[in-house]
Amino acid sequence: MIKNTVKKLYIILIFVFLYAPIVTLIVLSFNASRTRAKWGGLTLKWYGALFQNDEILQALFNTLFIAFTASAIATVIGTIACISIMNLKKRARTVVIGITNIPMLNADIVTGISFMLLFISMGLRFGMETILLSHITFCIPYVILSVMPRMKQLNPHTYEAALDLGAGPICGFFKVVFPDILPGVLSGFLMAFTMSLDDFIITHFTKGAGVDTLSTKIYTEVKKGIKPEMYALSTIIFVTVLVLLLLVNKAPSENKKMKKNTF
Amino acid sequence: MNKKKLLGTPYFIWSVVFIIIPLCMVFYYGFTDKSGAFTLENIIAISTPEHVKALYLALGLSLISTLICLVLAYPLAMILCGLNVNQHSFIVLIFILPMWMNFLLRTLAWQTLLEKTGVINNILSFLHLPALTIINTPYAIVLGMVYNFLPFMVLPIYNSLVKIDPNVINAARDLGANGLQVFAKVTLPLTLPGIISGITMVFIPALTTFVISKLLGGSKILLIGNVVEEEFTQAGNWHLGSGLSIVLMLFIIVNMVISSIFDKDGEGSVL
Repeated sequence: MIKNTVKKLYIILIFVFLYAPIVTLIVLSFNASRTRAKWGGLTLKWYGALFQNDEILQALFNTLFIAFTASAIATVIGTIACISIMNLKKRARTVVIGITNIPMLNADIVTGISFMLLFISMGLRFGMETILLSHITFCIPYVILSVMPRMKQLNPHTYEAALDLGAGPICGFFKVVFPDILPGVLSGFLMAFTMSLDDFIITHFTKGAGVDTLSTKIYTEVKKGIKPEMYALSTIIFVTVLVLLLLVNKAPSENKKMKKNTF
Repeated sequence: MNKKKLLGTPYFIWSVVFIIIPLCMVFYYGFTDKSGAFTLENIIAISTPEHVKALYLALGLSLISTLICLVLAYPLAMILCGLNVNQHSFIVLIFILPMWMNFLLRTLAWQTLLEKTGVINNILSFLHLPALTIINTPYAIVLGMVYNFLPFMVLPIYNSLVKIDPNVINAARDLGANGLQVFAKVTLPLTLPGIISGITMVFIPALTTFVISKLLGGSKILLIGNVVEEEFTQAGNWHLGSGLSIVLMLFIIVNMVISSIFDKDGEGSVL
C-alpha cells in the first residue's frame, strides 16, 4: 500500500516538474498585464491580437512549412535509402549507417556551424533554402532509424512472390512492402516533424536576415521581453496536439503499433 | 539486386555533401588561420584561462545534470514499466508532448517560476519557507538541463526495461535472489545499453548547450557552447570557433567510444 503511494507520488512529482513550465505558459497567455512578472487579471485579448500580428503568423507559417517540407522530403529520401542500405554488403552497410548517425550523435551546435561554413563556401544566400537543406539533413536519420527495424522484419519472399505473380518492382513495392513498413515510415515522419519544429540551434546558424521561425523569433525577443501573443500561440499549438493525441490514443489498438518505433 | 543498391544513390550523395563535407569544412577552418596557412593555434586556444574555465564549467554542469537525470529517470522508468503493458505508446507520448511547446519558451517559463518574486518563491513564502534564489546561478542551468533532457534518459531506459523477459526475473527469484540481488545482477546489466544511450543523449546536448545557459544563467555565466556561438555570430572569428568545436568533437568521440565499449560489455554479459 505504502509502496504504491510512494510510486504514485514520485510519478506525480516528475510530471509536475515536466509540465509546470507548460502550465505557466498557458496561464501567462491569459495574463492581462504585458509583462510576465505581474498578474493583471484574466483576458483573452492576446488570442485576438495574435491573429492581427503578421510577424508571428509569418513565423508560424515558416515553421510549419519548413517542418512539413523537410520531414516529407526526408521521409522519401530516407525510406528509399533504407531499401538500398538493406541490400548493401555488411561492411558498406556499417559505414553508411555510421555516417547516417553523425548528425544525431554530433552536437547541434557543431552541426549548425558546419552547415553555416558549407553554405558560405557554396555561395548560397542564407534564407529559407538553407534552413530547409539543413533540416532535411538532420531529419533523415530519424526516418532511417524508424524504418530500418521494419525493413529487417520483412519477409523477403512476399516481395519475390509479388514479382513472380507479375507485379512490376514499383507495383510490388507499393502493394507488398510499403504496407508493412508504413508504421515505421509514419513514426519516422512524426519524429522528424517534431524535431524540425522544436529545433532552434541549427536554424539559428543557417537562417538569413528576414526569415524567422518561431524559435528564432522568440530568441530575438528574449531581451525585449516575449510578446504575450507568443504564449497564446503556443497554448493553441499545445492544446491542438494534446487533443489530437488523446483522440489517436482513444482509437483502437491499430494506432498503438504505429508509435512503437518512436525512439 | 544492383538496381536496389542504386536507389540509395541520392541519399549517399546527399550525405556526402551535407554531412561529410561540412565536417571537413569545420576541420579545415579549425586548422588554418585567416590567410589559409596551417596552424594549431585555434586548437591550442582552448588552454587560455577563459576558455578552460568555460570548458570545465560546461563539463561539470553537464556531468551533474546527466547524473541527476539518471537518478531521476531509472526509478521512474521502473515504475512506468510496472504500470500497464498496453500503455506503452501513451507513456512515450507524454514525454514527447512537451516538445510541441517551443523549447525556448519552456526554458523561459522557468525564469518566471524561479525569479525572486516568481511563482515558486511566492508559494515558499506563503508556506513561511526560505526563498529560493537560484536564478542566474549554475544551479538554474543544471535545472534547465535536467528539465530539457530528462525525457532522453527516461525513454531508452524504459525501452530496455520493457524488453526484459519477466521469466528471467522470476528465474532469478526462484534461484533465491532477493530484490536487491535481482536488480544488481539481472535488471541493471540488462538495461545497461539503455542507460548508456540515455547518458549519451543527455551529456552531449548538455555539454554543448548555449541556449540554456543564456536563458537561465543570466549573461554572466559562459559555457563552452556560448564561447563557440559568440565566435560565429558576434566576434566573427570562424577559425577560432571551428578550432574550439573540434575540441568539443573530441569529447563527443570519447563519449561514443566509451559507450560502444560499455554497450558491448552489456550485451556480452547477457550471453
